[in-house]
Amino acid sequence: MPATTASVPSEVRPGRRPAARAVGITRTYGAGSALVTALDNVSVDFLAGEFTAVMGPSGSGKSTLMHCMAALDAPTSGHVVLGDVTLDGLDDKALTKLRRDKVGFVFQAYNLVPTLTAQENVELPMSIAGRRAEPSWFDTVISAVGLGDRLKHRPTELSGGQQQRVAAGRALLSRPEVVFADEPTGNLDSSAGAEILRFLRRSVDEFGQTIVMVTHDPVAAAYTDRVVFLADGRIVDEMRDPTSQRVLEKMSQLSEHPPAQPAPPVPTPED
Amino acid sequence: MWTVTLRNLLARKIRLALSAFAIVLGVAFVAGSFIFTDSLGNAFDGIVGGTTADVEIIPKGAGEVDQFGIDARTIPASVVDDLRKLPGAAKVSGTAQVQGVYVIGKDGKLVGGNGPPGLALNYGGMTSINGDPILTLADGALPTGPGQVALDVAAADKAGYLVGDQVTLVTPGDPPTMKAELVGLVNFGSEGGLVGATLTIFDEQWIQDLFFEGRDVYTSISMTTADGVSQTELRDAARTVVPAGVEVSTGDDFAAKTKQGIAKILGFINTFLLVFAAVAMVVGTFLIVNTFGILVAQRSRELALLRALGASRRQVNRSVLAEAFVVGLLGSTIGIGLGYVLAIGLKALFGVIGLDLGAAGMELQLRTVVVSYVVGVVVTMLAAYLPARRAGRVPPIEAMNEHAAVPESSLRRRLLTGGGLVVAGVALMGVGFTQDGNTSLSLIGAGMLAILVGVSLAAAVIGRPVISGLGAVYRRTSGTVGVLATENSLRNPRRTAATASALMVGLTLVTLMSILGQSAKASTDKAIEESLTAELVVSNATGQFFSPAYAREIRQVDGVASVLPIRVANAKLGDSTAYLEATDPRALGSAIRLPVIAGALGSLTDDTVLIRESTASSRHLAVGDQVTLTFPAGPRKFTIAGIYPSAGGAINNDFLMTLGGLTKSGIQPQDSLLFITKDPGASEATVRAAIDKILADNPTVTLKNQREFADEQKGLIDTFLYIIYALLGLAVVIAVLGITNTLALSVIERTREIGLLRAVGMGRRQLRSMIRLESTAIAVLGALLGVALGIVFGVVLQRAIAEQGIDVLAIPWVRLAVFVVLAAGIGVLAAVFPARRAARLDVLKAITTE
Repeated sequence: MPATTASVPSEVRPGRRPAARAVGITRTYGAGSALVTALDNVSVDFLAGEFTAVMGPSGSGKSTLMHCMAALDAPTSGHVVLGDVTLDGLDDKALTKLRRDKVGFVFQAYNLVPTLTAQENVELPMSIAGRRAEPSWFDTVISAVGLGDRLKHRPTELSGGQQQRVAAGRALLSRPEVVFADEPTGNLDSSAGAEILRFLRRSVDEFGQTIVMVTHDPVAAAYTDRVVFLADGRIVDEMRDPTSQRVLEKMSQLSEHPPAQPAPPVPTPED
Repeated sequence: MWTVTLRNLLARKIRLALSAFAIVLGVAFVAGSFIFTDSLGNAFDGIVGGTTADVEIIPKGAGEVDQFGIDARTIPASVVDDLRKLPGAAKVSGTAQVQGVYVIGKDGKLVGGNGPPGLALNYGGMTSINGDPILTLADGALPTGPGQVALDVAAADKAGYLVGDQVTLVTPGDPPTMKAELVGLVNFGSEGGLVGATLTIFDEQWIQDLFFEGRDVYTSISMTTADGVSQTELRDAARTVVPAGVEVSTGDDFAAKTKQGIAKILGFINTFLLVFAAVAMVVGTFLIVNTFGILVAQRSRELALLRALGASRRQVNRSVLAEAFVVGLLGSTIGIGLGYVLAIGLKALFGVIGLDLGAAGMELQLRTVVVSYVVGVVVTMLAAYLPARRAGRVPPIEAMNEHAAVPESSLRRRLLTGGGLVVAGVALMGVGFTQDGNTSLSLIGAGMLAILVGVSLAAAVIGRPVISGLGAVYRRTSGTVGVLATENSLRNPRRTAATASALMVGLTLVTLMSILGQSAKASTDKAIEESLTAELVVSNATGQFFSPAYAREIRQVDGVASVLPIRVANAKLGDSTAYLEATDPRALGSAIRLPVIAGALGSLTDDTVLIRESTASSRHLAVGDQVTLTFPAGPRKFTIAGIYPSAGGAINNDFLMTLGGLTKSGIQPQDSLLFITKDPGASEATVRAAIDKILADNPTVTLKNQREFADEQKGLIDTFLYIIYALLGLAVVIAVLGITNTLALSVIERTREIGLLRAVGMGRRQLRSMIRLESTAIAVLGALLGVALGIVFGVVLQRAIAEQGIDVLAIPWVRLAVFVVLAAGIGVLAAVFPARRAARLDVLKAITTE
């Protein structure tokens, strides 16, 4: 059986370069009969200054894709390029430095350091690197996430929404190449969730930040510029300027009729 | 519930192994102490059994094991003739025994080193209760006249002598050293072990000529029963014959009494070792409390689930205790095995320093096993009790909570309890100072214990400023990594405090001993500087007695103005022991400044004594009072002629008497120190050379000036101090394990947080450094608390025992600073394993972990 190649060629808008690229990455776990293929030859570009959502049913490989893109996991084969750096064969030290300098994270479970104040948490990646943010940029980020009066509070003294805003501030402060957000609204009620999403949207529009967000919430996806759909470890579709209605339809279609072949709208170029 | 318990044990192997290790070390110390002293006891029992005859006859009251100063009494040889006429006696032989006869090896060194006794005796062919001859000839012949000796095989071997060689001996008599021809080698008893003692066999007539002024006397008489006669019958018959002041006992009674005396001394050794075992156990307890506390906290949700599924509080509680039981059992078992190895090591060590235990086997008595298990299991279960009770209190609803937490005691309550204990401890110490003697020390000791426990309880609160202070340093040197390390140490104050407290206990004791040692050394310097005017001193490095002939010979040296001999002994005063010093009051002034407070030095005669001020006040004695001192030879009455100050002088025993007074009390004249004053015009070098020549043959005594004498005394204090440090080292090792354990558990607990730090760009090196800094913070906290408490306790104890000769307070600041620095180093060491573990965590797995 010939390898099925599913890829989304970068539909380059004028002046847009890819901030992160996956080139034919495959990620398998286990061996022999217990072999699980989480990603199957995926190629995708995430454009600079764009807000992209990665969607798909459970087990579709969307988290694995994000982990590989964010230098938290290494693909079994294929290449990941972050900015102008190819991740192949980098050692732990180089990967650590890369995450510190080029990647920002927002996790579903906030993942703040409980012993540090909100401000210290926001500054953490930069202070680990031994750098300080420009004061004006720091003020901009803090006012954007709306934490001005909470800076001295510890995570336990903050609501879930506030904690996630701290996490978002942390991801943005070092102006990383890409911010990866893993179900950032998963633990929040809808109004707190909407607040985070508005903030992420704003940071793309106003600061030109590149954001890749893994989500299964069509409402969240509607805040993005582009949605990439995964199923069974392959990219099966993508949608520009999504609305929650369209995303919902696509999602139910994906979970009811898992495509045996790549879905028609996706062009399948020759390798 | 048993299944849950067992599963838990298996799932947390490493964590429990670490806390079991504390038990292993503690129990090993306990078991090792018992096994070692038991085997020492076996060796001595073997000797006693092998040297005691069916009936033993000695001067009444002689042969007490703890007697200091040698009994001079003898039994006339005519008694042997009278005993031989008894029909029940198969064999009667008299022994004239002398202590302090040492063999000097071919290399000019003392055989056996300073410590084990050197015995000299004639051999009359006596048989032990076991029916064996006490000596058997291994080579050559027994001595038959003057100028001949036989040696025990081991001593001759160590000395390098063969039959026919000329042997050099040091004697307590006159001449102090002599040469004799080695005519034979003997084996001693059935097992051949002498526990390092050396044995020199003389001809009967010659030993009497040398050491008993030629009198036909013995120090003991041994009898063997005729067939069909019991020990008791022969004893009763002998009693009708012997003169007054002589005691007859059956061999069995005599052996039992001697063994009892030896057991008492071995008991002291055992107790001494067990004190350190106890310290190790206390420190281990902190470690176990902490480990179980952390394990219970980490399992809150699981415990709550058990409760929600219907387990009762008691069941949850008991499942934790059952875990402790298994850990205690395992730890004790390994501990006993390790204790056996430890005892073998101790035996080898004693062999190196001259205490040869020979063939004496290592015996694992049932008592040792039982005590070890009881101590190990009980300590573990007691330590786990509080965490277990807390586990039972987890509300079932917590099972639904994502961040379930076991309720913890409030810090406020801890501070109050701890503070209360400290206040109580201070009060106990205060009361202690108004009492005297042992009551005072017991109260002060109890006060120290209360303060120690109080501070460890309150450490969770009082440690905070210390950690914050360190945090300020960390922030400067290590930036964010330093801040994170500080915050981690502050995150769980109880845990940090308990871990630091374990180290605190060890360092408190180390500091306390350092201060006492330093004070003792400073006091020695002061005493010698202020009260000693004699320029030169002859002494034995371990305080053994030497022949009074040296004093006489040194007096003849040109340029020597006076020689002041000092002799020491003990006697019973009422129920307790009094320490006596004897000297020549007329020569005293030339060598020592002794400011007499009441009475006069000049009024000291053979029937009067001077008394130390502190002894006078605790015994309520004044000048003119009568005091009865009981010697082995019997009681003697003395009138108190004066009082000298308690501290700061060269004379620091309970009583000072004349040389004649001591001899009249039945103690052999043997010197323990000579203070030599030279003529003002004489050259020190010339005088020294002349005296050195007199002492040349005898390595047991040496000549030194004031400074060298002070150094010798201080060297003894240092040796003792190093032994204490080594023994306390075990407690420190356990405390280090505690830090490792706590950090390893914290790393597991914070897996997700560590994952996050790594994800947002913290390098492995930074992560390791963070854990190292946290570990160092705990270690430094423990060290600072320990040193601070140690200083307080050291000062208090020095004040309390100032009257007993340690009257100068000296704090070795540099050494204490070194302790804190070493503790920081220990912190780095303790962090190695947890730091490596944290650095190796897979970032992705860590961050997605539950």
